[in-house]
Amino acid sequence: MTRCAALVLVTALLGPPALAAEIPLTERKSGYDFMSRETRAMQDDETANPGMLWVLDGEALWTRKDGAAAQSCADCHGDARTSMKGVAARYPAFDAVRGRPIDLEQRINICRADKQRATPFAPESKDLLALAAFVGRQSRGMPVEIADDERIKPFLQAGRDMFHQRQGQLNLSCAQCHDDNWGQKLAGAPIPQGQATGYPLYRLEWQTLGSLQRRLRNCLFGMRAISYPFGAPENVDLELYLMWRARGMPFEAPAVRP
Amino acid sequence: MARALINVPPKSKRGDVIEIKTLISHVMETGFRPDPTGKPIPRDIITDFVCKYNGEEIFRAELFPAIGANPFISFFTVATASGTLAFEWAGDNGFVATESVDITVE
Repeated sequence: MTRCAALVLVTALLGPPALAAEIPLTERKSGYDFMSRETRAMQDDETANPGMLWVLDGEALWTRKDGAAAQSCADCHGDARTSMKGVAARYPAFDAVRGRPIDLEQRINICRADKQRATPFAPESKDLLALAAFVGRQSRGMPVEIADDERIKPFLQAGRDMFHQRQGQLNLSCAQCHDDNWGQKLAGAPIPQGQATGYPLYRLEWQTLGSLQRRLRNCLFGMRAISYPFGAPENVDLELYLMWRARGMPFEAPAVRP
Repeated sequence: MARALINVPPKSKRGDVIEIKTLISHVMETGFRPDPTGKPIPRDIITDFVCKYNGEEIFRAELFPAIGANPFISFFTVATASGTLAFEWAGDNGFVATESVDITVE
């Protein structure tokens, strides 16, 4: 065997080089593009998209006065169709008070605690998802846009590092599936690119609406890694990186996924 | 209260075959699953769905535990006259939800 052939064999055994390249901007695809025609039709038809049930609940919550301050979201923000347009597509965003990025669900709960003086919603609770879906719905079709802010850079880098960090008993990184092997199959299902443009979304497998953090915790569980609790900074950093990675792609909330 | 979404063509010609699509929020708990402590979660499903067109029953469905959460039911009818389509879902624990939509037939 020549030395060259031996090198080829060694490379084949060890797999491709560990450093994965990010997906070129023009080759990015939403999870929508990997779905069946029927599931796409379900997302597109607003009377068949189950996520719209949460949007309707969120619309009712938007105008409901709550907490010790007896304030509704609408009392400060007015008509969500104008005031919330494009907002969800900009999250996670930097919060100066906390000195770190926060996601949309955290922003809703901060508003709730500080302005309404009400008990914050539990993670993944129906009301929190409903408000996030309602606010998200106002940005449908708008481009994802993470502010070019110096202050978020370290958190973005932390998220990027986590995405490329091998972890768990399977010793996998997010990038190995979603950068290197998207479009291939995993247990018969297509591997999407992990473009988080549709959250909160209705997952047919869950039979309910769920947040991006729920999805991330699922992914880590599948990698047999320890998943971070809801609201943990690690989750938000990863969310931030995913949204930055999907910058410019149309926002789809509430999306439907298989 | 349960949320429902109804899709009926607002206008149609007499004799047209029209599609009616309904979606309702409901957990459709099968009764077969245990909770985290191992106790079975009691069944909580929608068992009946009825659609009436100007008071006349045009569609009825029975639902069972194998039907997933937030049932989507779609069916066809012939547009005969202007009026109201009334929908009613009924189920376990006294669950009842009603919805009605006006339809114009020219």
